[in-house]
Amino acid sequence: MIEIKDVYKSFGTLEVLKGINLTVEKGEVVSVIGGSGSGKSTLLTCINGLEPINSGSILVDGVEVHAKTTDLNKLRRKIGIVFQQFNAFPHLTVLENVTLAPRKVLGMSKPEAEAIAEKQLAHVGLGDKLAVYPGRLSGGQQQRMAIARALAMSPEYVLFDEVTSALDPQLVGEVLDTLKLLADDGMTMICVTHEMTFARDVSDRVAFFHKGIMAEIAPSKEFFNAPQHPETQKFLSNIRS
Amino acid sequence: MFTYTFQWRQAWQKIPLLLDGALVTLEIALLSMAMGVAFAVILAVARNSKSRWIYAPATVWVEVARNTPALFQIYMAHFGLGSFGIHLSPYIALLAGITFNNAGYLAETFRGALRAIPGTQLRAARSLGMPQTQAFRLVIMPQMFRIAFLPTTNQMVWAILMTSLGVTVGMNTDLAGVTQDINVRSFRTFEIFALAAVIYYLIAKAVTLGARLLARRMFRY
Repeated sequence: MIEIKDVYKSFGTLEVLKGINLTVEKGEVVSVIGGSGSGKSTLLTCINGLEPINSGSILVDGVEVHAKTTDLNKLRRKIGIVFQQFNAFPHLTVLENVTLAPRKVLGMSKPEAEAIAEKQLAHVGLGDKLAVYPGRLSGGQQQRMAIARALAMSPEYVLFDEVTSALDPQLVGEVLDTLKLLADDGMTMICVTHEMTFARDVSDRVAFFHKGIMAEIAPSKEFFNAPQHPETQKFLSNIRS
Repeated sequence: MFTYTFQWRQAWQKIPLLLDGALVTLEIALLSMAMGVAFAVILAVARNSKSRWIYAPATVWVEVARNTPALFQIYMAHFGLGSFGIHLSPYIALLAGITFNNAGYLAETFRGALRAIPGTQLRAARSLGMPQTQAFRLVIMPQMFRIAFLPTTNQMVWAILMTSLGVTVGMNTDLAGVTQDINVRSFRTFEIFALAAVIYYLIAKAVTLGARLLARRMFRY
């Protein structure tokens, strides 16, 4: 369970998060939508401790992420994150990209890690690209590789940060399909996204961020059929028109 | 005007001696590069540090190494330190001087290379649970070396040529030292220096070509 309690976060004088409260249960899929600069991506990097917070607390399975005593390296093993810009390691092959962390962080043997990596890569449809360097892959393939890389660590939570935003439109579908498979497998996911269809069909709940505040959160059907907050209504009608 | 008679035969006979010297030259160049690269990585990281106590000494090193003559740096290692009772042999002084110089130049090359790697690479590595140093070693450094590879090769050629400055501190076993020794004994100045120059040229060329082949093997992405 991820518990976000009254989290404030600023970059210099810019307040990005202004008192966020959100609890994500095991097995739940929560989509976070909102305009750019609304703080949604920042929230994700705060959850796995890549960014510090100013006040409040974030607990992952009861462990306080931003406590000084918390071993973040250990905690991050169970929180996968996939970024907008793929962040493939260009000097490693697809297979090496995926086996790197299981071998070096979890201490798996090479064959052991490769077996897991091959399974994950086959799952995202890259079973025939193992020996290829990321530079030779399309954006969609690189992003699916990044998903396999996160999953190879057997995380309990996966955070998706606008994973389709940097993709050509015709490649968005293949990545969303991968996410859908993952959600069907019961993975706990927080997806920052601009894909409204995905948010509506795949997630259990949808949250709307506006200027650092979570203006609204509701089960996805309710959220799209009867948005309560005026800003949510404005945002959704802008998208639809 | 042209009364100099070439006597190449005498010079040819010295080729084995010159080649022995060339080996010493290559040895010093390789050692100074290996140590230079190691120091340069540390300096490059230190130069990005926010702590003044780490940043300042590294910056002084880089500034002095890059903006004073290599000859002075070698002189300082031999005669300068000698004034304080620290006596380095010509070999060690030469090695230290060139290492100091290499590290200064390479540090800037590496720092530039580090800047060229997106910060998101480090974030991605850290988010997989890697500690900072491991992420740097496994994800950042390999990319840094690739970007910096060609300038590093240039520095290697410089290192080879800089070893010739060793004569000024009494180095007499490297190629320049051996050449000078033969010169003062035979006075076949033109012939012997011309031959030595050809050998320097061939070593430098071989290193450049070797580096190119190595790059083709190492960087397949």
